Amino acid sequence: MGMTMTQKILAQAAGLKSVEPGQLIMADVDMVLGNDITSPVAVKEFRKMGVDKVFDINKIAIVPDHFTPNKDIKSAEQVKFIREFAREMKIVNFFEVGQMGIEHALLPEKGLVVSGVVVLGADSHTCTYGALGAFSTGGGSTDMAAAMATGKAWFKVPEAIKLILKGKPSKWVSGKDIILHIIGMIGVDGALYKSMEFTGEGLKYLSMDDRFTVANMAIEAGAKNGIFPVDEKTAAYVKEHSEKPYKVFEADEDAKYTSTYEIDLSKLKLTIAFPHLPENTKTIDEIGDVKIDQVVIGSCTNGRIEDMRIAAQILKGRKVHPDVRCIIIPATQKIWKQSMNEGLFDIFIDAGAAVSTPTCGPCLGGHMGILAKGERAVSTTNRNFVGRMGDPGSEVYLASPAVAAATAIAGKIASPDDLK
Amino acid sequence: MKIEGKAIKYGNDVNTDVIIPARYLNTSDPGELALHCMEDLDSKFAERIKTGDVMVAGKNFGCGSSREHAPIAIKAAGISCVIAETFSRIFYRNAINIGLPILECPDAAKEIKDGDIIAVDLDTGKIKNIESRNEYTAQPFPGFMQEIIESDGLVNYIRKSLKTSKGEK
Repeated sequence: MGMTMTQKILAQAAGLKSVEPGQLIMADVDMVLGNDITSPVAVKEFRKMGVDKVFDINKIAIVPDHFTPNKDIKSAEQVKFIREFAREMKIVNFFEVGQMGIEHALLPEKGLVVSGVVVLGADSHTCTYGALGAFSTGGGSTDMAAAMATGKAWFKVPEAIKLILKGKPSKWVSGKDIILHIIGMIGVDGALYKSMEFTGEGLKYLSMDDRFTVANMAIEAGAKNGIFPVDEKTAAYVKEHSEKPYKVFEADEDAKYTSTYEIDLSKLKLTIAFPHLPENTKTIDEIGDVKIDQVVIGSCTNGRIEDMRIAAQILKGRKVHPDVRCIIIPATQKIWKQSMNEGLFDIFIDAGAAVSTPTCGPCLGGHMGILAKGERAVSTTNRNFVGRMGDPGSEVYLASPAVAAATAIAGKIASPDDLK
Repeated sequence: MKIEGKAIKYGNDVNTDVIIPARYLNTSDPGELALHCMEDLDSKFAERIKTGDVMVAGKNFGCGSSREHAPIAIKAAGISCVIAETFSRIFYRNAINIGLPILECPDAAKEIKDGDIIAVDLDTGKIKNIESRNEYTAQPFPGFMQEIIESDGLVNYIRKSLKTSKGEK
């Protein structure tokens, strides 16, 4: 029986010629990842296993990004705990504030993840690296601990759904609109336990940053992973960022999919997910007046350089609405510096927006932009659950950087085309 | 292992942000996490549960983040077992890895009402509603996961397997 891309990568990682959906395998892991929230629990579990060293000091990345720069004493204690562990174990890829970035923007940029590898991260958005044609998925802290000790993880080989992208997206329509449209169509459990495999001629219109955004939110449809074929853009990205060997896997023609969807990118409109689920999507022409108190542009979903450039393009020469706080968070130090050198910060600051050092911060209601009861935010992040960004009585609307920037100016949810 | 407790019922898509809000994730102490379990969805949760109660929910339970703090908080709050129509996959892994019993059983999850007394036999997957006398059978765990559960979680399972492989050398 033919295999999907995901199944082929898993077969190779398990040392098997072929695998079938439902099969339980023990796979070699090329990168194990954790952050400042999940790693402390992982370290405690690791200590209980009775091992005194990690399987490979080069294949573990610990990125304190969620509550950093440390927002309070307890957070500082958590980071200290994992910093000491990283030093003791001589873990090479521990990223301190100053080198740190949001993990899923940082790892590809540092060349730590390439096509064809297996990544297990104690963070649900680990699925981001599917954009590179890697198998990457989120697990928990105990999974991370076990993988740090053994270099292996257990997986159930997933079934797959196929998403065929066709046509060219219109102006302002981005990876964020594509993935929100898909989640709106199939639901927050529409891909539960499965891999989402993206294909079709429309892929050529998606930049790497668009693909990272799409793969990043596969988890919001319940998927185990989201994965893209490797094309010239992927190969160029990998070669630019990494010296690691990469491997290209292609789905067999007779690979099995439990369902197949065709998405005409040329027909997609700017799409916004209303509270309190990412599946509650509406297109820009359906929403009416929704007044907004805060805009956040950043996160592992949309904090990359193209996101910064789009925000700048819209904010240039305009002013943030007096009733709105606009917070912009480049995802890594490199993106921060690039934004600064390109003059984007002048544009942001002249418009009246605040620019933050890299952090996950407000996305999960950590710090750097918490909402009070009754407040509403448009955010380029990935979740809009009850209380996600602050008080349980606050609301989060998920959108692209283009919609977020336009909203910051209009004071209500808006398209860039609505602006004068 | 047999469990009997009162059902505490919730709906679909109970996510990890409401199970344990991120503002409490600056600690991983189970007791502290338990104090805030479910508070954004059900502010009376801590008052109304008794040790041994059974949480029952709809589809996609535990969706959202990978925080293992979610099953840790539920377990530390005293919940003996979670029955749902479906679980999000990371929550499912995490629950097994830390030893929180979970059962996927759509009929039971739909029909059990808040406050019903529920008896669960984890070895057979049988669920009985003492009030209505209805009986259900949950999907059994695959053998591999059963081994992890029998080892009382992944850490002990790894410890055992590391010992075995050292012994073989």
